[in-house]
Amino acid sequence: MNVEFINPFLSATIGVIKTMAFTEVKAGKPFLKKDKISCGDVSGVVGITGPPNGSMSLTFSKGCIIQIVSNMLGESFQEVNDDIKDAVGELSNMISGTARNDLGNNGYSFKTSIPTVVSGPGHEIRHMCKAPTIAIPFSTAGGSFVVEISFEN
Amino acid sequence: MKPEINMGMKVLVVDDFATMRKIVRNILKQIGFTNIVEADDGANALQMIKEDKIDFVVTDWNMPNMTGLDLLKNIRATENAKDTPVLMVTAEGLADNVVDAVKAGVDNYIVKPFTAETVQAKIEQIFAKRSAKA
Repeated sequence: MNVEFINPFLSATIGVIKTMAFTEVKAGKPFLKKDKISCGDVSGVVGITGPPNGSMSLTFSKGCIIQIVSNMLGESFQEVNDDIKDAVGELSNMISGTARNDLGNNGYSFKTSIPTVVSGPGHEIRHMCKAPTIAIPFSTAGGSFVVEISFEN
Repeated sequence: MKPEINMGMKVLVVDDFATMRKIVRNILKQIGFTNIVEADDGANALQMIKEDKIDFVVTDWNMPNMTGLDLLKNIRATENAKDTPVLMVTAEGLADNVVDAVKAGVDNYIVKPFTAETVQAKIEQIFAKRSAKA
């Protein structure tokens, strides 16, 4: 995978969550993820059509997403319900869209699919291609989340 | 100078994600709008526009059934709705997208993510331009 793709997703994630949820986000060190098991409780997955083709996912711990969505909507949430899942879809949409716009300004032409949302302990994330998956961990005051990207070579 | 905006006008918020409709609705309420209705895609929005008097449309671009761009084109082609102000709020931020929307007759354009201040400023620009033309 082209490592140039990492930074647009990293900065899109920080920018979208700060702007829409008034939440400070700290990025950790990216790592190679070798299995499909998610690192959290709820995920949004977006297919990306290039070339190169790929996908992005966003996986939140329960505490993290509850705080983010509570901030976004000005309401208090306790559980990962339909409102939270819808918000994960919209966050996935905004982050992939922002990264796609950034990459578009650098000569790449990508289209993104409508996000799908998966939840539950130990749920699997199926990326669109068989290339290695790069995971970027993030932390917030409410908990952690992970962005995964996978693009064919 | 800020334009005078009728806060009782009927505003239609169109987005396939309930979250985004709620965020936009909250911001519109903060600005002072009191009459806000929602649709979850362009096709449903167009039906509402044809059946009811909608004064202002705030729409997403990427939606199932009918995109925001097609909704905009349909509004401009509908006799009793063609002059309705339309604000697009979308993740489509490339220059080509903006050009397509301007060609189709969009009044203003916001790229997600956005702040409440941006939404207010873009709405004020729309109504300032419209009142200058009137």
